[in-house]
Amino acid sequence: MATAEELAAQEFSAVVATHRAQIFRFLLASTRDPDLAETLTQDCFLKAHRNWSSFRGESSAMTWLMRIAINLQKDHWRNRRMQFWRQTRNNAVDADEASDWLPSGESSAEQRLLAKERVEQVWQAVEGLSERQRTVFLLRHVEEMELGAIAQTTGLSEGTVKAHLSRALARVRTQLGGKR
Amino acid sequence: MSSYRESDEAQEGRREKDVPVPEEMDAELEIVLKDFRSSLHAWSEAEASRPRTTAAAVRRPRWRLAAGWALGCALVVGGVSGALYERNREANLAAIQHQREVEQQKQLAAEKARQAEEELAKVDKEVSRDVPAAMEPLAQLMSEDESQ
Repeated sequence: MATAEELAAQEFSAVVATHRAQIFRFLLASTRDPDLAETLTQDCFLKAHRNWSSFRGESSAMTWLMRIAINLQKDHWRNRRMQFWRQTRNNAVDADEASDWLPSGESSAEQRLLAKERVEQVWQAVEGLSERQRTVFLLRHVEEMELGAIAQTTGLSEGTVKAHLSRALARVRTQLGGKR
Repeated sequence: MSSYRESDEAQEGRREKDVPVPEEMDAELEIVLKDFRSSLHAWSEAEASRPRTTAAAVRRPRWRLAAGWALGCALVVGGVSGALYERNREANLAAIQHQREVEQQKQLAAEKARQAEEELAKVDKEVSRDVPAAMEPLAQLMSEDESQ
């Protein structure tokens, strides 16, 4: 018969297996640095594992994990700003390179080129967003989270989430405007 | 646990009435965002399945590490012992110098005492020569009294 600890470990393993890809994707979108995203993902699950016993299920595991990921990402950038005298490697991928990953589908070469160009413009717009706007935008349009869930994850009110999202979309529209 | 500060939220919340509803998107923007999402999903999947390599830590040969430590220790010991030697030498020199000065002072004092004695002896001699011949018997008597 399995002990309570073993059950908790099994439960946590299932949570990791279910949500790891999503957390990694969000962190990759936020940092555009695969190695950094991987490190932060590992840190996120390490922190989650340490605090797993305190997770009471008031929110979904995904919301809880995403909240940890957002805080880790914030801490990372804050620490980097504080350590400006240190030579830090920046492995972030360019918007051009990030937009290469477009599934070919059944579209023509011309359509793919146009789509790649537009995705690159969205990346450029995302780059210009504030930290909060970027987080809200990525949670809504990449992770397809509901506004209420975004509000719960970020600790903002739903109205504020809407405001951030609206500004982020306006920025994307402006960025795309020249080509549309 | 709040991801963002409440004061900022309140500030942002006050402005929320001025902005349009975010879901009002035209079809073209939706397509662009869908492409963006697909692109990011594809990239993320590719990165997640990519085997990651970690750079091995650069290892120095052991002898270099030992030599470095030995050299460092030798420098420290040399520096400390040099400083101690120099301090000791200066103390010895100061003691010798002090001893010399004391001896010189003693010699000077002895010389002065000797000179004073010589002077007195000379004066005594000169005084004794100045005794008139007529007083010679009296002087002899005085010297005899002194001897007794």
